[in-house]
Amino acid sequence: MSNVMVFKRFERFWHWSQAALIFFLLFTGFEVHGTYSVLGFGQAVQLHTTAAWALITLWVFAIFWHFTTGEWRQYIPVKDKLGAVIYYYAVGTFTGASHPFKKTSLAKHNPLQRLAYLWLKLMISPLIWVSGLLYLFYNQLDQIGLGNLPLEWIALTHTAAAFLMLIFIIAHVYMATMGKTPLSLIKPMITGYEPEQEDAAAAPQQHNEETPS
Amino acid sequence: MDLFCKAQLSLWLVILACLSTDAYAVIASEKLNQNVTTANHSEFKTLQKQFHSGPEVTKACLECHTEAAKQVQQSLHWTWEYVQPKTFQTLGKRHVINSFCGSVTSNEPRCTSCHAGYGWTDMQQPPPTDETSVDCLVCHDTTGEYVKLPAGAGHPAYKPMESPAGSGHMQAPPDLTSIAQNVGHSQPANCGSCHFYGGGGDGVKHGDLDSSLVNPPKSLDVHLSHDGANLTCSDCHTTSGHITAGSRYQGNAHDTLGIDVPGHTDMSRASCESCHGPAPHDKAKLNEHVDRVACQSCHIPAFARGGVATKTWWDWSTAGRLDENNKPITLYDENGHLSYLSIKGDFHYAENVTPDYRWFNGTVHYTLQTDTIDTDNPPVQVNWIEGSAKDPDSRIWPFKIMHGKQPFDTVNKTLLVNHVYSPTDDSALWSNFDWAKALQAGTTIAGQPYSGQFDFIQTEMYWPISHMVGPADSAVKCSSCHASNSRLNGIPDIYIPARDHSSLLDKIGWGTALLMLIGSAAHAGGRGIAAVRRRRKKS
Repeated sequence: MSNVMVFKRFERFWHWSQAALIFFLLFTGFEVHGTYSVLGFGQAVQLHTTAAWALITLWVFAIFWHFTTGEWRQYIPVKDKLGAVIYYYAVGTFTGASHPFKKTSLAKHNPLQRLAYLWLKLMISPLIWVSGLLYLFYNQLDQIGLGNLPLEWIALTHTAAAFLMLIFIIAHVYMATMGKTPLSLIKPMITGYEPEQEDAAAAPQQHNEETPS
Repeated sequence: MDLFCKAQLSLWLVILACLSTDAYAVIASEKLNQNVTTANHSEFKTLQKQFHSGPEVTKACLECHTEAAKQVQQSLHWTWEYVQPKTFQTLGKRHVINSFCGSVTSNEPRCTSCHAGYGWTDMQQPPPTDETSVDCLVCHDTTGEYVKLPAGAGHPAYKPMESPAGSGHMQAPPDLTSIAQNVGHSQPANCGSCHFYGGGGDGVKHGDLDSSLVNPPKSLDVHLSHDGANLTCSDCHTTSGHITAGSRYQGNAHDTLGIDVPGHTDMSRASCESCHGPAPHDKAKLNEHVDRVACQSCHIPAFARGGVATKTWWDWSTAGRLDENNKPITLYDENGHLSYLSIKGDFHYAENVTPDYRWFNGTVHYTLQTDTIDTDNPPVQVNWIEGSAKDPDSRIWPFKIMHGKQPFDTVNKTLLVNHVYSPTDDSALWSNFDWAKALQAGTTIAGQPYSGQFDFIQTEMYWPISHMVGPADSAVKCSSCHASNSRLNGIPDIYIPARDHSSLLDKIGWGTALLMLIGSAAHAGGRGIAAVRRRRKKS
């Protein structure tokens, strides 16, 4: 049985370093928010800011990667099998049905994943970016005509975005354990290789029409 | 040969350059002694004689310093009168009531021991006009021997006095000749002889000014410490023609002029920015605080830090209690600080006090003798400060807020002149221990309308904190304000991260996250149970 590379090296690096940064940012961010006191406010702010710049840099590279490789197409919403996937998580997973979507390197996200990651990338992340940068450069906002924007609005938007991220991560981490074994979905994210599935090989490329030429 | 010459020349040039930079370095690193003068006063014939009084010395000073007395007589140190430029209230010691001894009026010979002159015995009259009544020595003595009598209307002792009273120990009067021959620039001890002892004792009044600043360690005051900047008071309270910069009646809460370059700005260094500029921190985020937070708020972590306690509560209403032998009572608290005096009432003293913080734009209002007070809503604010988050000139400032109880007229609803001291009769509280009598006499002297009905009301008074700046590493930590138990908990209308949050947003956020966690756990549990059942069915 041959293995297929589904997550390329950069993609894995991006995923795991992003994960680490986001966990760290949540940890330091909620200290800045005043939820607890571990590092001390000043230290927390400094580390949060540094990690934020690291994440922004990573995002810039990731965006570049997505566009140059055409991988962005993996996040285009599709209706096909969306109902079936939702039905699977709601019912099928309890009755022992197999997952209706078969992963390929050209379509590695099921329709629900596509929606979830699109929500992450187009909604949660930009909200964090924009509110975070406004927060960081609050004292310079008058130079771009936003001097009247209250810090409270910016801070609360950033907090709300952080909660959205936290909630996303809880769901994401849980669903990552829903493979055949708890680690079977996580392993490819580390090694990059997905064990080739018999039926996927038998019925190749259902989403062929969407793949880049 | 030519080449050799060139090489030799360049070698000489290099040596010359080294020598000249060396010489420059020596000049640049040599620290100027700021207290050098061009005159040795002991060589002046006019000072080589026996002086019998302060005014005699002043007369001698004025022979050379012809304008000095005229200048002093224009200063606040002399007039004790100040028309507040924003509120137009007539303030100054001559007029205000404070929450310590109360009022100068009716207690002159004692309170005017801190007048920069001799013989002002009646606040109803302007200070003496005679130029020889200016006291040069209190500010310019360098020997430390010149001491004004506690109740001498500004005069020092001129004959041997028993000190302490009743001890039998006779103290020689200050040697005015030696003092006059050793005058010099004002030192902290000169300014401190009054400003450290306001309110009736060392450190009592201000909290950030007491005798510990005469020779402070760097940890207490980086500016005055000999190991620090080694400055004197007048290095910041810039004085020109005997007029001194800095005011508590109209402060400069936000100096936007920045570094005071002679000839370019206001020639006043009585603000941190005058030397440190508007953005003195290495970290940009710290500089981004200075638009809303006064330097003092972070850099004076506590006041009364030098081992001298400051008075924080003074309840006059209990004054007058005598022991069984009709003798005045003196009580101390567990720290050895006074807690009760029959002549003054109950006190609280405190050391290392965390300031209170308020929005402040520099303008201070006073409740004067003529102002009606709101007796239904104590505490009465003896003074109150202007400032708000909306006001761009306001910053968050540290304060000592003095609390206590003071006498007021229950009919006229005014704070009353507090007549505590009288050298000539028993009209005052400190001789008769009788409030009714003392208030009657005091209001008569002051010409204040008085119904004869009095009671005591709780008061508070604001004292901005600006001294006892510690080294940078002792500044208040970020988390002292950015926390739920913030130093700035009373400060309204500003969002302070970690202090402030939306409890609704937090509830929704944490609630949804928790639901997601519980939902995931339930989903996982359901899958597990279903899997077990399926396996059982198969077998």
